Amino acid sequence: MTAMLSLKGLRKTFNPDTVNEVRALQGVNLEVSDGSFVQLLGMNGSGKSTLLNAVAGSFFVDRGSIELNGADITRWPEHRRAKLIGRVFQNPFSGTSPNLSIAENFALAARRGEFRGLGWALNRSLMKELRDRIATLRMGLEDRLDNAIGSLSGGQRQALTLLMATWRKPKLLLLDEHTAALDPKSADQVIQLTEEVVKREKLTALMVTHSMQQAVSLGDRIVMLHRGQVAHDFSGPAKSRLRPEDLVDRFHEIRRRELLDERAAELLRNSYA
Amino acid sequence: MTLLLGALTIGLILSLLAMGVMISFRIFSVPDITTDGSITLGAAVAATLIVNGVDPVTATLVATVAGFVAGATTGVLHTQFKIDALLSGILVMTALYSINLRVMGRSNIPLLSNRTLGSMVSDFGTAVFGSERINLLGWMVSPADLALLLAALIAAAVAAVIVLWFFRTEVGTAMRATGDNAQMVRALGANVELYRIFGLATANGLIALSGALFAQYQGFADAQMGIGMVVWGLASVIIGEALTGGTRSLGLTLVGAIFGSVLFRLLVAIALRWGLNPNDLKLITAVFVFAALVLPGLAGRLRRGLAVK
Ligand SMILES: Nc1ncnc2c1ncn2[C@@H]1O[C@H](COP(=O)(O)OP(=O)(O)OP(=O)(O)O)[C@@H](O)[C@H]1O
Ligand SMILES: [Mg+2]
Repeated sequence: MTAMLSLKGLRKTFNPDTVNEVRALQGVNLEVSDGSFVQLLGMNGSGKSTLLNAVAGSFFVDRGSIELNGADITRWPEHRRAKLIGRVFQNPFSGTSPNLSIAENFALAARRGEFRGLGWALNRSLMKELRDRIATLRMGLEDRLDNAIGSLSGGQRQALTLLMATWRKPKLLLLDEHTAALDPKSADQVIQLTEEVVKREKLTALMVTHSMQQAVSLGDRIVMLHRGQVAHDFSGPAKSRLRPEDLVDRFHEIRRRELLDERAAELLRNSYA
Repeated sequence: MTLLLGALTIGLILSLLAMGVMISFRIFSVPDITTDGSITLGAAVAATLIVNGVDPVTATLVATVAGFVAGATTGVLHTQFKIDALLSGILVMTALYSINLRVMGRSNIPLLSNRTLGSMVSDFGTAVFGSERINLLGWMVSPADLALLLAALIAAAVAAVIVLWFFRTEVGTAMRATGDNAQMVRALGANVELYRIFGLATANGLIALSGALFAQYQGFADAQMGIGMVVWGLASVIIGEALTGGTRSLGLTLVGAIFGSVLFRLLVAIALRWGLNPNDLKLITAVFVFAALVLPGLAGRLRRGLAVK
């Protein structure tokens, strides 16, 4: 298995040398093999979104390197990386253009990372393909291709965004809590679609989630981040044996260690200050 | 009657400005004050070239390109130097004031004795229909004025069709999404910064074209003619949106901008006829735009407030 994604020593500090300094990534090392579906866990603020944004190119990392599909993309601007990367955001509003129609949104997705020229954005063959593939979502949206995407529900928009992100097979799919803003039923539906598309297209994917249940039932690997570093990494049989309770235990363990650290610091302060 | 034809013609010529404002404000969500400078720039470049013997078509094209460059400059300040969009526009507009004076060499260039697009169209009208006033639905109109109106209508229609076509192409559709959700457009692999530059350039190209045509129609270019024109354009766009019922359709929005521009010009002509002091015009335009921006939200809040009670 070759590594599709290889992260070496990624560091990112926001607002350096100010009171608001945040060391969001503190040396992340991660290799993801081709076709692997990784669940990314971690407490609030542990750096999950920052990691995904760093890979997508929303900003440049301070240190370290990012290799994707054999290319060093560390200094590539975001729009260039988009040729290789498909994304679904947490906020259903982030992945679609509300005032454009469903069809026009897909016309954009159909040329992800490609040159956009002066041909019509919409044409008959694209419309036909759209109708067929959107029908597979089983949401009845194939008859509403001319509607503004802004008129749809969050669940519908996330399902469409997922389909848009994978319309052209990406080398890497990034999902950042893409069901967190949805009601339970829509969330289940989108998770199911996610599983289907990742399997069918044999995608390499990183998915951030706060649901232990999702983490154990999906994918082939679980990576836990803590304070901007990889704290745990389960794959193969170790991952398949994991139950949600085990993950909760790991969290408690991290938290306990944290408290101990705090207490140790307190002790030190008391004895030396 | 001449007054009505004149108002219609000017409304149509300024509808190019309204389309430009629509592109920057509505499609790219950038409040672009460069407008005030670029409409004058268009007039200044065209007039200067024409009095120096350049043929009017070339002069008009060069004026359009000049506006394009001005808009691109605003775009570069905004996207590459990360200056606030509003401030970028103000900077370029201010710089353009001096540049326009430099281009013209004085504050006003009369074109009445020169061959312009305006005089060419008038002559064409006279050649085809004769110099006698003709009866149009009971109104007596001069063929020259009628020809000017028709030419302005054709110019507006052609511009609208080109804008409509462009924003339906692959690249144009991506640009429309830029004003809507830039993050998504970036994630789908488009260079949003470049799009913004191009969008502002195109908008100001259209606006300069409007200025070049306006100067040739009214027979002079003036360094002051741009003041407040961005608000004028906004007013036209807002009236257009009211006329088309707030539709999402790009085609209808464009048609709305044209009608909005014409209607606004007509209203102004009528108000002036009734004795409105021309000096108050900008104030009234600004108040109008303010009202149009605030009233819908206010009405909604009132309605909600009443519903609660
Ligand atoms: N653009 C930014 N500017 C400043 N600080 C940031 C920025 N983005 C993230 N941070 C900070 O970096 C840290 C890590 O944030 P991040 O969003 O990656 O956490 P997360 O693991 O995704 O958390 P959550 O589970 O709450 O989504 C946080 O302290 C956050 O406040
Ligand atoms: Mg996050």
